[in-house]
Amino acid sequence: MVKTIIEKVWDRHVVTEEEGKPDLLYIDLHLLHEVTSPQAFEGLRLAGRKVRRPERCYATMDHNVPTRNIKTVSDPTALKQMTTLEKNCKEFGIELAHMTHPDQGIVHIIGPELGLTQPGRTIVCGDSHTSTHGAFGAIAFGIGTSEVEHVLSTQTLWQNRPKTMEVKIFGELGTGVTAKDVILAVIAKFGIDVGTGHIIEFTGEAIRNLSMEERMTICNMSIEAGAKAGMISPDETTVEYLRGRRHVPEGEAFEVAAAEWLALATDEGAVYDTTLTLDAADIEPFVTWGTNPAMGTGISGHVPYASDYASSSDKEALKKAITYMGLEEGMRLSDIPIQHVFIGSCTNARLSDLRAAAAIVEGQHVHPSVTAIVVPGSRSVKRLAEQEGLDEVFKVAGFEWRESGCSMCLAMNDDVVPAGERCASTSNRNFEGRQGTGARTHLVSPAMAAAAAIAGRFTDIRKVPVLQD
Amino acid sequence: MEPINVVTSIMTPLDRKNVDTDQIISKEFLKRIERTGFGKYLFYHWRFDREGKANTDFVLNDSRFEGSQILVADENFGCGSSREHAPWAILDYGFRVVIAPGFADIFHNNCFKNGILPIRLAQSEIDSLLADGQKTPVKLTVDLEQQTVTREDTGANLRFEIDPYSRQMLLNGWDEISLTFQYEEQIAAYEERMAR
Repeated sequence: MVKTIIEKVWDRHVVTEEEGKPDLLYIDLHLLHEVTSPQAFEGLRLAGRKVRRPERCYATMDHNVPTRNIKTVSDPTALKQMTTLEKNCKEFGIELAHMTHPDQGIVHIIGPELGLTQPGRTIVCGDSHTSTHGAFGAIAFGIGTSEVEHVLSTQTLWQNRPKTMEVKIFGELGTGVTAKDVILAVIAKFGIDVGTGHIIEFTGEAIRNLSMEERMTICNMSIEAGAKAGMISPDETTVEYLRGRRHVPEGEAFEVAAAEWLALATDEGAVYDTTLTLDAADIEPFVTWGTNPAMGTGISGHVPYASDYASSSDKEALKKAITYMGLEEGMRLSDIPIQHVFIGSCTNARLSDLRAAAAIVEGQHVHPSVTAIVVPGSRSVKRLAEQEGLDEVFKVAGFEWRESGCSMCLAMNDDVVPAGERCASTSNRNFEGRQGTGARTHLVSPAMAAAAAIAGRFTDIRKVPVLQD
Repeated sequence: MEPINVVTSIMTPLDRKNVDTDQIISKEFLKRIERTGFGKYLFYHWRFDREGKANTDFVLNDSRFEGSQILVADENFGCGSSREHAPWAILDYGFRVVIAPGFADIFHNNCFKNGILPIRLAQSEIDSLLADGQKTPVKLTVDLEQQTVTREDTGANLRFEIDPYSRQMLLNGWDEISLTFQYEEQIAAYEERMAR
């Protein structure tokens, strides 16, 4: 029987299925961080339970870590979360990349880097952007802290079988159009809850042509379309990315594994519950103008008019969003001035993202009214970028070059956008207050963020000479 | 967790779509390492202005809805971050039931682990509840066993669907981990099969 990759990976992990119950799903890899795990470990202790498979867990510190000086955490409650994670990992025998460890980084960046993320695996973490790992053909999804505790003690989860959805991007992406623009366009077109109850597989020529890092950007934001997970069938690009990574098999065993991974790809003729399509040629560099990721449009566009919407609740939502954002109906996106630029997050802080931003920045200078920071996604990304001299490109241009972590994506540490100010951000959520109380977030690609840093407003990277005027 | 079956209460109408978990519980309150005490931070930046003064036009500050145990909101409630601090805050504030046309998956799951009943009703029913409930407080009786929501004002008796597993868990307040331990043999057999 022909199957999608979603069904193949799901079926392989079902421990039991019974009438009237969800499937009991086996979890291959459990990633942990300091914010959503303390209550789970405490639950284990209170009930006298153990971690069933500590070798299937891997922990790091990312959400709270400072990015200026990693030796001092000024916030005592944040510090307590980190020391608590350290204590918990020690007590329960879980490997931890602590704050100053060479492997530290955003959990969704280091999983793939270390080769922990592999095709065909089930991967969970107490973080919604766990969907990132689906780029490898894994079923990867975010869970709450009670489920973290459940996985720690049983290595399983009760899960209802999700429906399957194909999002097909056909054709070729234009110059300057990136993976970030593709996923923002998908969310804007189909809505922030289109994927509810589904796992999305991204297919089509435009997806096949993406690198692994770009594919991670796409799957990372499938949660922003409401999906349980996003996936991409493995191919040679996947295999070559994984070859030689620390936790993948070596030599002959790697070739055996690679053959198994490739066999996971969706079979010809397999049927999805829903298929949606988008023409790559219709996608422009994107900018969000509102307070959820679906509220965005191409850089040549403008903030919508209330009259563009039929329902009164949509008109009301527009009004609320643009009031919060300090924008007006019909305003051109390229006329919006910005004060902050954040290049970072699990969506866009990999080496290729930093290279794309640096290419725009090189030989230019950050606009005098803009504060711009680059926060590499992991210590490894930071080292590699420094070897290439990207840190110098950014610093000479007036960017701050920071230590790795989640940083200004959710502003749990000191990296906060002040109230009323506007940030061009390569992160994933533009919700009210996400980057600081009253802060205004516009989601863009790394190249668009870099161009905005130079111009002091949003600008079309397809016309970069505009930066010289 | 505390079992739940029948809840009778005035409903709190939160007339917003796509309420994300960042709004339910803002990140500055996620640094606690306990499960309790989040209620006072629920919808913090909608409830209070920057000086910490109550926003009188926000529904949670409307005295007519004081003591309410049922929150009614518009579509896609609980989207975004997986933070279980969101249902913890909702429960700690005093809500046992959340009713909406639809919920984001992770939030929906998290409710069941904490003894909160999330109920999906048709958009038309929600529209009417939100419109009427803002004018005059509307009392509802939620009955999980019968799978019904009854409006005291109109007498309307609305049926809702819930999967039998989640219903059982909520009605009995069972600890899911203890239940899963009964499947130890199957889990071990699975691991052995995969190791081969």
